[in-house]
Amino acid sequence: MSMTALKSETETVTVLAPPPSAVVAMRPKPQPRADKYLKAARETAARVIPPLLVVTLLMVFWELVCRQAGSALPPPSKVYSDTKELIFDPFFDHGGIDKGLFWHLSASLQRVALGYSLAAIVGVALGTLVGQSVWAMRGLDPIFQVLRTIPPLAWLPLALAAFRDGQPSAIFVIFITSIWPIIINTAVGIRNIPQDYRNVAAVVQLNPLEFFTKVMLPSAAPYIFTGLRIGIGLSWLAIIAAEMLIGGVGIGFFIWDAWNSSHISEIILALFYVGIVGFVLDRMIAGLGRIVTHGTSAG
Amino acid sequence: MTAYLKLDHIDKTFTRGAATTEVLKDINLTIERGEYVSIIGHSGCGKSTLLNIVAGLTRATIGGVLLEDREVNSPGPDRAVVFQNHSLLPWLTVYQNVRLGVDKVFSKTKSRTERHDWTLHNLNLVQMAHAADKRPSEISGGMKQRVGIARALAMEPKVLLLDEPFGALDALTRAHLQDSVMALHQKLNNTILMITHDVDEAVLLSDRIVMMTNGPSARIGEVLEVPLPHPRKRLELATNATYLKCRQRVLEFLYERHRYIEAA
Repeated sequence: MSMTALKSETETVTVLAPPPSAVVAMRPKPQPRADKYLKAARETAARVIPPLLVVTLLMVFWELVCRQAGSALPPPSKVYSDTKELIFDPFFDHGGIDKGLFWHLSASLQRVALGYSLAAIVGVALGTLVGQSVWAMRGLDPIFQVLRTIPPLAWLPLALAAFRDGQPSAIFVIFITSIWPIIINTAVGIRNIPQDYRNVAAVVQLNPLEFFTKVMLPSAAPYIFTGLRIGIGLSWLAIIAAEMLIGGVGIGFFIWDAWNSSHISEIILALFYVGIVGFVLDRMIAGLGRIVTHGTSAG
Repeated sequence: MTAYLKLDHIDKTFTRGAATTEVLKDINLTIERGEYVSIIGHSGCGKSTLLNIVAGLTRATIGGVLLEDREVNSPGPDRAVVFQNHSLLPWLTVYQNVRLGVDKVFSKTKSRTERHDWTLHNLNLVQMAHAADKRPSEISGGMKQRVGIARALAMEPKVLLLDEPFGALDALTRAHLQDSVMALHQKLNNTILMITHDVDEAVLLSDRIVMMTNGPSARIGEVLEVPLPHPRKRLELATNATYLKCRQRVLEFLYERHRYIEAA
């Protein structure tokens, strides 16, 4: 109720032209806290309302297009009624792969967490080596440049042959997909450490480990996080495809399974979840980056 | 004369591919303890290279640097540098920037609380204790340079190296900071080697001014004693005959005998 009240107020303020400052100035002694909340609410509304509007319009359009009989894809209303059980009970577990969406997503996320963490550690380490040593760069960079162009799924058969099991193979595919941007961005970040910082470290006589943790990592952090962010996106892309092939529990195989049983609505629901999770993962890394690199930009 | 810091026959050549450039040629200089020596010269004459050699950041091609009769050829806190562009680490606070050096230099000789007190003491010396928890991006250029000076002082260097420390500051801030450095030198009696291209600054601050000829193959052209007693007052000196004479000598050297030749 209060939301709608706020919304309408925002709209009148923005549409009817009096600038917000004038509205504030008219009050005798404005409460600073209430003011702050009002401003925050206004900003939130300005950010939330446009996408909500677009989504609503798209849904209406989709509903209208897919409503006619004979349409190949279900309209949103049908998707909702078909998948109500999946939406409202994501935690059921009937054994095998007949599980709620929560379990599928969590299985996929676990694989990503493992493969991606490995990639982050190895990637930052290799990137530091390549960024720091000219010889390491000359030796390794051409190899990286070739390997990074190999599509994720091309690695899967090789991984299956090596590990003889789906689980480690999927993790390997995540690892090998997300490591390249991490390596390359870290290397660029390390190479871009200003000579000034190196001089300071030399005068203070930091040992190599201290130099790494106190100068290199913070200085290269913005680059490293760019790499990490690209990496998490790629690993989420790769896991869906990999799971379609290896089977078992996982959102990728859930989609494939739904296709095989002609449950188109379930595919649409799963795609929706995949998108949301990918978005959240991206935002998490971006937010973490913001916290860690706070104040890194030179002033 | 007991040489505290001795630059002994320093030559420096840079080699890039087949081309070699001789930057410095046969630099000899001895500095006594507690002395304030400025090196002045046109840009490109290699004075910063010379400071980097003393700091150990660059190796001399021939010759070397002796500090208390020991050769020094790698960087260390005994020759702390105040860099031209302050070079504070932007992800650390003012306090942490100074503490970084303090922790390294006094890791064995001072306890944790002593190091904390020492860090604050040095920030106090440059009147920056109030901004201890600010990040470099939140303070002005002059303040950053003060912190840079505090960081260097906190390492208790045998020689303090100033690399055009006030070059990037506006004239008023520069004058203010020069006064601070003068007061610090008076109080702590450090040995200071400063690079500058500002004649007034050199005469105001130094006991001796080393004037360098133009590069390539720059050498020491002339060394001028500034026989003015400390503490010096900027305003009184403006009309002081000795001050004006010294200033005149440096100006003559720089603008008549070794006029800056535009690089082709």
